[in-house]
Amino acid sequence: MKIVLQNLTKVFPARNKKLDKEVIAVNNFDLEIPDGKLIGLLGPSGCGKSTTLYMISGLQKPTSGKIFFGDNDVTELSTENRGVGLVFQNYALYPHMTVKQNILFPLQNLKGKDKLTKDQMLERALYAAKLVQIDDLMERKPSELSGGQQQRVAIARALVKFPRVLLLDEPLSNLDARLRLQTREEIRRIQKKTGITTVFVTHDQEEAMSISDMIVVMKLGVIQQVGKPQDVYDDPVNLFVAKFLGTPPINVFNGEVKGEKLYIDNNAVLDVKGISDQPVTVGIRPEGFILDENGPMVCKLNNVEVMGRDVSIVSTSEASVNPVIRSIINSDNKVAVNNETIRFSLKPHKVFVFNRETENRIYFEVK
Amino acid sequence: MVDSKQQWKAWIYLAPAILLLLVFTVWPIINTVRMAFLEGYRGLEAVGGQSYSFGFGNFEKVIHYHKFLNCLKTTVLLCVLTVPISTFLALIIAVALNNIKFLQKGLQTIFFLPYVTNSIAIGMVFAAMFNIVGSFYGTENEIIATAGIINNVIEFFGGEPVNWINYGSTYTANIIVMTVYIVWNALPFKILILLGGLQSINKQYYDAAKIDGTPRRRVFTRITVPLLSPMLAYVIITGFISGFKEYSSIVGIFGEGMGPADDPGRLNTIVGFIYDALSTNSQGRASAAALILFGIILVVTLINTQVSKKRVHY
Amino acid sequence: MSENRNGIMQEKDMRQVAIKQNIGKGVVKFFLYLFLITMALIVLFPFYWMIISSLKSLEEYRLSVPTFWPRTIMLSNYAEAFKAANLGRLFLNTLYVGVVSTLLSLVITVLSAFAFARLEFKGRETMFGLLLATMMIPGELFTITNYSTITQLGWMNTFTVLIVPFLVSVFYIFLLRQNFMQIPNELYLAAKVDGTSDLKYLWKVMVPLSMPTLISITILKMMGAWNSYIWPRLVANDAAHQMITNGLRNAFTDTTGDVNYPVQMAAVAIVSAPLFLVFVFLRKYIMAGVSRSGIKG
Repeated sequence: MKIVLQNLTKVFPARNKKLDKEVIAVNNFDLEIPDGKLIGLLGPSGCGKSTTLYMISGLQKPTSGKIFFGDNDVTELSTENRGVGLVFQNYALYPHMTVKQNILFPLQNLKGKDKLTKDQMLERALYAAKLVQIDDLMERKPSELSGGQQQRVAIARALVKFPRVLLLDEPLSNLDARLRLQTREEIRRIQKKTGITTVFVTHDQEEAMSISDMIVVMKLGVIQQVGKPQDVYDDPVNLFVAKFLGTPPINVFNGEVKGEKLYIDNNAVLDVKGISDQPVTVGIRPEGFILDENGPMVCKLNNVEVMGRDVSIVSTSEASVNPVIRSIINSDNKVAVNNETIRFSLKPHKVFVFNRETENRIYFEVK
Repeated sequence: MVDSKQQWKAWIYLAPAILLLLVFTVWPIINTVRMAFLEGYRGLEAVGGQSYSFGFGNFEKVIHYHKFLNCLKTTVLLCVLTVPISTFLALIIAVALNNIKFLQKGLQTIFFLPYVTNSIAIGMVFAAMFNIVGSFYGTENEIIATAGIINNVIEFFGGEPVNWINYGSTYTANIIVMTVYIVWNALPFKILILLGGLQSINKQYYDAAKIDGTPRRRVFTRITVPLLSPMLAYVIITGFISGFKEYSSIVGIFGEGMGPADDPGRLNTIVGFIYDALSTNSQGRASAAALILFGIILVVTLINTQVSKKRVHY
Repeated sequence: MSENRNGIMQEKDMRQVAIKQNIGKGVVKFFLYLFLITMALIVLFPFYWMIISSLKSLEEYRLSVPTFWPRTIMLSNYAEAFKAANLGRLFLNTLYVGVVSTLLSLVITVLSAFAFARLEFKGRETMFGLLLATMMIPGELFTITNYSTITQLGWMNTFTVLIVPFLVSVFYIFLLRQNFMQIPNELYLAAKVDGTSDLKYLWKVMVPLSMPTLISITILKMMGAWNSYIWPRLVANDAAHQMITNGLRNAFTDTTGDVNYPVQMAAVAIVSAPLFLVFVFLRKYIMAGVSRSGIKG
């Protein structure tokens, strides 16, 4: 099921008309989600990603704009008529029901021609439970389950009625680091297997990047960029997106372009053909640095952290916006630790130039 | 050193409370039990130096006492009628309140209003509403001027006026009036507790139910009631306890006669029985009845907690 | 997962479903409000009836077709009620008992709650447990012996008998102790290091921090005095010490039959008025106290 969001806007009225302003949680949101894909809505908290998800589910009504499932306009349709499955951040498993009862619950609500017999329901519940590998926990109560198991039950409950769309709200935020890694693979596997169009919300860029077919980066209710994770990472449209994606985060410098050359700390570090003279903000990915004794970029060396395969060099520079510069180098390179300064040359496709004022990307030709 | 000083200080802080509790709580427990088991104990005679033998005579007398059985019947009847009715009404009012936004606070305040009333005073208002001014037992040419507002309403809807509480009224009519008044009185507390409970239920359960297209009735029976069950159990237990101690609401409506003019004492309760015994100086009998009341409350509470252990989820 | 996945709704006409579902919601809302407002009117009716009856003349009250707004407003009913039941005296008696017992009760409650919450002493938990256990026992069980006790003490028909036996409330101690326990112990230890005495700490830190609970206790205690009936009737039913509820009941012994209801309702309205005022201004505290209690008054 393809999902289309058209000019979707959600305005929350001010609680106290004198003190507060109304909040525009989602602003003129246009998005087409292709059938059968896994989409990650990504952004810092308060960017409107959860509101978008809830509008797709029908739990919240958009202030304006339209939502289509396939060719059908579902904007006016209430939740129960949309046929979506939603996994809540805190799972919202009914504490007084067993796992089996929780999973059966949505099926017992089906009416009319969708109504199932008891055996059909059990069969379906077992199918959903097997899909998420909890079929041996059916008689337990949610309080007797671990966080990861609860998560699976919640997914099974969402899947059991064969929803047209599966929605996940911060599905991994309540899990510990190890489980998070495991569960996100699980979600990917289940989504692939069922082929249900899935939208999930997260503030964790690594999570979004690792499993999504497509990510949507949001800020203050506005879409910043949509694309395949790697594409967005390699080609951010503005400083916000560049900063939001990637661990360790991108290094940001104040720089200047003069005569199609990029200056950082008065050193011409890169040719930037096609950019007129102006002050700019420069983002350089940690992996964009090449250790080079004669490199144009000069930094003060702080320390070197060896992390097995890679070496992370921590240095500082007058021009750096962040307190330290972090660069990641293959550990085959020997770094002289006792030097005071360190020099780099840069990989052009890992360097992004942004307008100082608008923070939008200024493109240059890479040879 | 510091420790022993602390010990000593703590008892100073507790001294007034302990002293009063010893005289007005601990001693009464011991003494009441003692009096209950002294055959035919009467306070005045005891002061005069009479001694009593130990035995179960007081209890035997009480439970064979015709009056006591009547009191017990009325008390149990009122409990059995008012607790389920008021709990159910309070539950649906609380659920309805929880489902609206506009006027919610105002309505909540109105529903709490009966709580801050004097049960004797408002009982008199109910009596006025159910009363028939003029009388059935007066001279024949006395005019019945008005049938009372409740009877007016009944007549308006085409019913026959009922003699609710006046001379010659029936026990059933009396019990109906008491039930109405006690339920009216019991609603505020129950609504307050249940609404508090409802508001603490995570809203996500209802969102989840909505996603699954759960019909309202099923949401009510399968989600709201089970998640509210601890509060429901609490409200039912406290309802039974105060129900077994019913007294002043009856005084409010029927006066100290505890019944219509032609049959005083007809609506007396266990607590009323205890006070009657006390005012005739029959402390032995009063004590025995008080212990029976305690026993009943204990048993009902135990049954309730046992049942709720099975029915109350988590 | 195939046969049904795309289809809970697809063939149906979306718009029709949308309209249907909106009408459904409207109907439900309508019935919710209808039900709630009806119930609210039923709850309010006795108050309304009390007030309009108190303003009617006896002749108007007796009309066989009742009026729902008095034709002539008879404020004189109130004056008559005030005189008939000697309400002035009853007010003063009740106020005196209420204020004195509330103040003393607060002192005792604060001291005991502090000891149970902060001071370490042998048998603290056991004793607190025993105290809580007495809450199970119906008050009538105490009354029987207390009646003899106060007779022997010669307290019959005094204010003392209305105040002293109920000064300690285990429930209030419990309520305040819970509140005290929530105050971080570090504050207490810090005060100790500074050489603050226990009593000063209690007065300067714990009492101000527990104000809402103390206010709740004050209101409930005052309401208790105002509504007390059974015990005063037993031990202090003379004119000099009579409490308001008893006075009201005694002045208007007849509830049924041919009674001067307007005056009676005026008296009831006067007695109820202070409770309403308290309710209007201090509702928040009452509700907070009540929701933790389950005991009336």
